[in-house]
Amino acid sequence: MAHRLGVDVGGTFTDVLLVDDETGQRVTSKVPSTPADSSVGVLNGITRACEKAGIKPGQISQVMHGTTVATNAMLTSGGARVGLVTTEGYGQVLQIARSFVPGGLGGWVIYVPSAPLAPLELTTEIFERIGADGSVVRPLDEDQAREALLKLKDAGIEALTVSLINSFENPIHEKRVREIAEDVLDGIPVSISFDVIPEMMEYERTVTTVANSYVRPAVESYVKNLEAELTDRLDGVTLRILRSDGGLASAGAAQVLPVNHLMSGPAGGVSGAIWVARQAGFENLLTFDMGGTSTDVALVRDGRAALRRETTVGDVTVRASSVDVRTVGAGGGSIAHVPELTGALRVGPESAGADPGPAAYGRGGESPTVTDANVVLGYFPESQRLGGDMPLDRSKSQEVVQQIADARGLSLERAAAGIVDIVNENMCGALRLVSVEQGYDPRDFALIAFGGAGPLHANALAKLIHAWPVIIPPGPGVLCAYGDATTRLRNEASRSFVRRFSNTSSDELRALLEELAGQARASLEKEGEEVEAVHYEADLRYQGQGLQLSVPVDLKLLSSDGLNHPGEAFDRMHTKLFTFALDSEKEFVNLRAAAESPGSELTAASAPKGKGADSACVGKQVVFVEGESVTAKVFARELLGSGDTIQGPAIVTEMDSTTLILPSHEAEVDDLGNILIRPQEA
Amino acid sequence: MPVEIIETNKEPLKPVQVDPVTLDIIENALRNARFEMDAVLFRTAMSPGIREQHDEFPLIANRDGKMVVGQFGSFIHGFSAGHEGTVEEGDIFLTSDPYSCAGAISHANDWLVLMPIFRDGRLLAWTAMFGHMTDIGGKVPGSLPTDARQIYEEGIVIPPVKICKKGEMQDDLLKVIFHNCRLPHWNRSDLNAIVAAIRTAERRVVEIAERFTDDVFHQAMEELLDRNFRAMKQLIANTIPEKRQVFEDYICDDGMGMGPYKIKCAMWREGEKVIFDFEGTDPQSTGSINFYLNEEMFKMFCGVVMIMVFDPQILFNDGFYPLMEVRIPEGSILKPRHPAALSCRTHALGRIFDVISGLLGQGSPDFLCAAGFSDSPHFMYSGYDSKGEWYQLYQIGFGGIPGRPIGDGPDGHSLWPSFTNVPNEFLESYFPLRIEKYETVTDSGGAGLHRGGNAVRMVYRFLEDGEISIHDDRWFTYPWGVNGGDPGERSKKILKREDGTEEILPSKCDRVVVKKDDMLAFETWGGGGWGNPLNRGAEIVAADVDKGLVSIEGARRYGVVINSNGRLDEPATDRLRAEMKAGYDSDEIFNFGGTLEELRSRCLEETGLKPPTPPVFTATRRS
Repeated sequence: MAHRLGVDVGGTFTDVLLVDDETGQRVTSKVPSTPADSSVGVLNGITRACEKAGIKPGQISQVMHGTTVATNAMLTSGGARVGLVTTEGYGQVLQIARSFVPGGLGGWVIYVPSAPLAPLELTTEIFERIGADGSVVRPLDEDQAREALLKLKDAGIEALTVSLINSFENPIHEKRVREIAEDVLDGIPVSISFDVIPEMMEYERTVTTVANSYVRPAVESYVKNLEAELTDRLDGVTLRILRSDGGLASAGAAQVLPVNHLMSGPAGGVSGAIWVARQAGFENLLTFDMGGTSTDVALVRDGRAALRRETTVGDVTVRASSVDVRTVGAGGGSIAHVPELTGALRVGPESAGADPGPAAYGRGGESPTVTDANVVLGYFPESQRLGGDMPLDRSKSQEVVQQIADARGLSLERAAAGIVDIVNENMCGALRLVSVEQGYDPRDFALIAFGGAGPLHANALAKLIHAWPVIIPPGPGVLCAYGDATTRLRNEASRSFVRRFSNTSSDELRALLEELAGQARASLEKEGEEVEAVHYEADLRYQGQGLQLSVPVDLKLLSSDGLNHPGEAFDRMHTKLFTFALDSEKEFVNLRAAAESPGSELTAASAPKGKGADSACVGKQVVFVEGESVTAKVFARELLGSGDTIQGPAIVTEMDSTTLILPSHEAEVDDLGNILIRPQEA
Repeated sequence: MPVEIIETNKEPLKPVQVDPVTLDIIENALRNARFEMDAVLFRTAMSPGIREQHDEFPLIANRDGKMVVGQFGSFIHGFSAGHEGTVEEGDIFLTSDPYSCAGAISHANDWLVLMPIFRDGRLLAWTAMFGHMTDIGGKVPGSLPTDARQIYEEGIVIPPVKICKKGEMQDDLLKVIFHNCRLPHWNRSDLNAIVAAIRTAERRVVEIAERFTDDVFHQAMEELLDRNFRAMKQLIANTIPEKRQVFEDYICDDGMGMGPYKIKCAMWREGEKVIFDFEGTDPQSTGSINFYLNEEMFKMFCGVVMIMVFDPQILFNDGFYPLMEVRIPEGSILKPRHPAALSCRTHALGRIFDVISGLLGQGSPDFLCAAGFSDSPHFMYSGYDSKGEWYQLYQIGFGGIPGRPIGDGPDGHSLWPSFTNVPNEFLESYFPLRIEKYETVTDSGGAGLHRGGNAVRMVYRFLEDGEISIHDDRWFTYPWGVNGGDPGERSKKILKREDGTEEILPSKCDRVVVKKDDMLAFETWGGGGWGNPLNRGAEIVAADVDKGLVSIEGARRYGVVINSNGRLDEPATDRLRAEMKAGYDSDEIFNFGGTLEELRSRCLEETGLKPPTPPVFTATRRS
């Protein structure tokens, strides 16, 4: 009997979800994460889940995994020593970057760029040149290249990037340099820019390929180890790794192109949210994942997450598709302060992190955080424990929030409410980025909240952006593991194709797209996967524009309507985003095809019927909300059942999160155990 | 005021109490709106100047036209002073005439679009944005003629006009304007993009007012201005001495063989007010390097640099303007009389930032930055390609950020906000050229405890016959160092003909004919160094040598000896440093690389170009 398993490694806990492929029955387990070698935690979780389900590990056929190994290597500067080979005259491509200095007028006074991921001293220029039309302007000097590579080897590089000018038009030199490198470098992994991202713009292509090299050894050894351990215990198992764009890749692909996995973790959360919400009948969503130090938001339309063509980790942005997750540096641990000169109330970006954490944790935190403000406002009932079994130090929270109250001349409660309002406003800004700025009206979306602090702020946030209902899924913590277990296998092939419409025929376009589809299919089929659907996309712009918009291409419509099909779709999208379309000529920029395996049929388990919300009421709590103190009922989530309704103000508690329902709002538990919050009907 | 604002709702906005948190929320919401304006523009504009290089500036101002969020200070006052007529709901204004808006924009390539934001028949706020047009007609492609004597030679000049009247676009007017430009489709789409951006601001402002009421919104804008006033008052009192400080810097030449032109400014504090007096600045040039400096804009430049240097947490807006007074003599190079040519004002505009740095830093050398990459050098290349199609490139160069209190200056970066370079692969695919080198110039950053950033060397190979124009500066005077730091290297342009002959091109030149396979090495300049280079860690200097940013010879300026295999020679370094320290004169705050006379006498030998002759000033119109 086959089982599949989703596993998500978080900072604190590793969540495992085990699903019986035939019956759809599932078991979850939660074990501490093991940061030194996260595969230990994964295996512990698997063992625990198998015990609970009463199956043998050998019955698991597929393991699907979201991992932050690549992200962490970037964030902690823990990546490889990367050597870089460029065309002569371009060795400082990463040093100059795009010459951009952030921070507005005068920002240069304080801007300190971080060092390139491939250091200048490990960058070498070789003699060759490809022209803009793909012709060989200067043949490759192989002897010189070999000598340059040997020098890099002596300098102790651990990974190599080859990124040559105009290679996206003609990769002949990059491929030859790779052959030479494989010959002289004794197994050091080589990434060439044409394989990673065959698109125009030398800085972006180079930094992306270098990032790939930078995280490659760490990801390679992690995935290899994990695969070996799994094969050892779980006979015949297949390991899949979640990609930043929400698709799954084989363990082999993840090792070669790890740059596609930088957002694997957040993508799991969004995939899980999509799955949960679809079961509950919602296809248009804003996802809201608020943790201790940061908050991730994303937009989902018609059950698909919006993708963007780049991934940002820390201050490095690379060209790799990812779920369009925007991160704001605002979470429960964000610190509030009042700068002396302006007297304004600011929240973040500094965070108390997990250690010492908010003052309420009683671990030495002395700064007023968002969590402390929530404590002061009474949003955590007396019974609530945070981060496991810790009781809250309420007096400590009051003491630190009082600092803000004194600096602003406000009452304690008003100061706390101010902190919460400001942080909500910042998160509202992030939601605006993914919705309004992309031409979507947030009122057409439901807001799904997860993460430790999401359910506490969700109702207030929905009020700001009018996104209803608020969905609080059961067990917000294992959502990511659901995402891992329910995702399709996806493979994408793309190429640069800069060409005006007037010089392109629809037959030529079709042929190119079909060729890409062939590539995308081939690697899935090589792994014995069935391909259910292929999606086509073209990046377009008005000739001369800097932007490019991705337009879906339907081959049938391409046959019947010719290039008007993508052209008109582009005009519509441009108008939606920017209020106008132009009668200028359009041009293609990139083409893409994505092949997908059949999705999972897994359905959510239904929740037991409720016995009336009163039976789940476990107490009362005075809360300060909307400028006054009121009494809120407190409910235990595990005692609520489907059909139960709760009138705000109210608080719902569960092991790892707390939901706040505001006055004039009503919460209903649906058939699957989700809490749905909406404004009360007048 | 000649402007008549037509409001159908006469009810005045009521003063109300704004609770402090609402104030903070409105501030954040306005800031988000301003960034959204940028996002809309960058994505929809077409000219590389706006699209890739982001040569544009947005703002949102209160009902009275005071900028609450933005960068350059308000353009509204200048506009109101120059516009005669009504302002009504649904109007959108366009102007490109610096003389009609008191220099709110400073050359006719910048198209300024303004819109009053009404709600329920009442003026609630203003939004505006200007962007640099790649071409506005006139005597040379790019519309920045070095040898222009009058603004009429520089292309079409648009006085303040309504391009949209009560919601109706004035298409005939726009047709006339676009008809005068060489690349009308770029002007059209860039203008479209600017209008889309200010409409975004309008929507956001109306949403905020809906959420909090008009009265609260209006009051909040007032209080945000006041908050900034209070913060700046304290900052000025703490950092600006009452003692008069004076600083001078120069524009190297006018492109017609004369120079350098002096910009001189004195600064002192009287009570809570700081005064900037440009008495002693040279008279206006007969050429096009004049910079019509708007007093309010200068206040904003100063305020922003002070904030960045002393306390970057402060959010800036127009609130502090009453705390500054700016005096600029009429008829000077910073306030030329109509119809003086203005197109090549970029050098003086950039140089103003070095002047501000020099002035502010004298009082507190720990906060002083060296001379930076205070310009946006232009490169233009145009002609008909072999297929008979017109091509026209306008590109901005980048250089060395100066050594600063916080550390080294980045290499090959921009001093202007949000500017980015154009990817070379993009250039090669759209223009008939190949970029043979794109790198920083070794040793061009001034030596210092904190090294100045290196200049950029870009080598163009032309693939079609055509014409090029260059607008650069700092080839004659040095980007100065401070607190013991050395000056950075000066700029240089070398044209290598297909037959191998080389010529050094002047820093400013128009319509130089180039042939296929000629190559131009365009070198910008480095940032000045900060602090004594002998105190820089020898291992840091060695690492710079390893990276190729400093040469083995260049390391000796730091007293650091690198042996032939690239290793740091510590004993030799100790000896050299001791020797150099003995001869070191550390009293001077600034190192200008020599007096003007010394620069003149060494000019031909060092730069390959004759020194400029002292400027001759001719009579101008009386105002």
